Amino acid sequence: MKNLFRIYLEKPELAGIVLLVLLTTVFELRSGGAFLSSDNLRGILGLLPEVGLVSIGVTVLMICGEFDLSVGSTFALTPMATSLLIIAGVPAVIAVLLGLAIAGAIGFLNGFITLTFSIPSFITTLGMLFIVRSLTIVLSGGFPPLLPDDLDTSVFTRFVGPGGLFRASFVWFLVIAIASAAMMAIFNLGNWIRATGGNLEATRAMGVPTIRVKIFCFVLCAMMAGFGGVMQVFRLHSPLPSIGDGLELQAVAAAVIGGTALTGGIGTVLGGVVGALLIRVIDNGLVMSQVDANWFKFAVGALTIFAVVSNTWLRRTARRMKVTN
Amino acid sequence: MDQPLISVREVHKWYAGVHALKGASLDVKAGEVVGLVGDNGAGKSTLIKILSGVHRPDAGEIRIAGEPVDIASPKVAMRFGIETIYQDASMVPMMSIARNLFVGREPLRFGVGDIGIIDHERMRRESTQALANVDLHLRSPDALLGELSGGQRQGVAIARAMHFKSRVLILDEPTNHLSVKETAKVLGFVRGLPAQGVTGILISHNLHHVVESCDRVVVMARGEIVFDRPVNETSIEEFQEYL
Repeated sequence: MKNLFRIYLEKPELAGIVLLVLLTTVFELRSGGAFLSSDNLRGILGLLPEVGLVSIGVTVLMICGEFDLSVGSTFALTPMATSLLIIAGVPAVIAVLLGLAIAGAIGFLNGFITLTFSIPSFITTLGMLFIVRSLTIVLSGGFPPLLPDDLDTSVFTRFVGPGGLFRASFVWFLVIAIASAAMMAIFNLGNWIRATGGNLEATRAMGVPTIRVKIFCFVLCAMMAGFGGVMQVFRLHSPLPSIGDGLELQAVAAAVIGGTALTGGIGTVLGGVVGALLIRVIDNGLVMSQVDANWFKFAVGALTIFAVVSNTWLRRTARRMKVTN
Repeated sequence: MDQPLISVREVHKWYAGVHALKGASLDVKAGEVVGLVGDNGAGKSTLIKILSGVHRPDAGEIRIAGEPVDIASPKVAMRFGIETIYQDASMVPMMSIARNLFVGREPLRFGVGDIGIIDHERMRRESTQALANVDLHLRSPDALLGELSGGQRQGVAIARAMHFKSRVLILDEPTNHLSVKETAKVLGFVRGLPAQGVTGILISHNLHHVVESCDRVVVMARGEIVFDRPVNETSIEEFQEYL
């Protein structure tokens, strides 16, 4: 039992990885080998970077002890602003950077309001979910604008790797994921983020600038969401104002399935990625094994509840263990 | 001259209309252990929160070694060598012992400004040393803090304060939630402070603990200091009257 507790605290994403392997095997068998075919993998891995980035941002923010429900809306507003700038003649690179700056500003506002008025980030970002979505639709003017045909999006959309298995966006995703994991593991900033979520009072007393750490996580989370949105729109070539709808909850589900605790302090970047991948695998695997795709949300929901129940059970068992020791 | 290490002069603090500290004055000499007792709401916590930089006084003055200082934040308090250990809440259970010891003050291999890559090797080495210095022998500094007993956790907190060469260690009810045996161990740490050149302030509800491990007892009531005498010139019966 003691070992189980250790494993859970040190590798909270382990259960998710086991589940991922299990489900992949099941889907591969049920689909008669079509699931792991390169065509299908290309589909799964093409979509993963876009939602995976959002999951990473949400995971880090949750480890820090806060929450962001506005990521789905930021996922839509950032590329909308970027696209309108490009259509207005701003160079694409600058337009993307300006879009990310807007995303960062949303994140900053989320953090600033939450921390200044000491209200739950759940509420601040719920409000922001509506505000930012509304801004996106107003900006679009009701009609999704079209990106210019000659816009070169290959930096995200080109197929790379063996057999063209990955899109370039996957490489971006991989680099950002590794950088985030490194930030959490080997940088002092990661230590501060985890400590802030794990024990706010104590961490503040140790002289860590907890307010700034939290604001940083809010900004990072929003910018990840914005970047994910830009990648999706560059793939679709048009910023639909409705993209990312419901993504905020999927990102939370991914984080939780990957072992992140809602109370903060526990979780890993890898867990967030595994959770996001698991959701993509379920989405695709149900179709591939010819199950009615409307079961998708059912499966994600069940998995989320299962993950939290088992995590809570582990924590409670661990606490009981300590008392008897 | 026998100048006090910490001198609190006529300090006032209001919280939303409540007068929590009413001109408290207290001198703490280097190398002594002061026991601070008082009922809930007597102002003990307010006073130590001011000393540890969590709150700022509304009026009055704090001097360290004779110099008036402004303890604006916990970071500043630590720079003056004041460390605080809270009940059982001064640690993060889901992080390793080494990470807990160094949180906020990680040794860096490479950094820009405050942010950089942790020197894990050095952190681990110094952790082992710091734990051994307070006679705490644990399996590995990589073990999670959550796996330790309450007494061991306080030991780690004390090791942290020692390692960073604190001059003053404030212990806020460090033995709450601890077993009898572990309480004895923590009080042993407290008694050992002067030998390590550290001045201590122990806040406790338990008068016996104060008598056992402190040189001086200070009683607070209703935001004021009402009693202040060396332990060997008084008795529990006497200062209990003031609570």
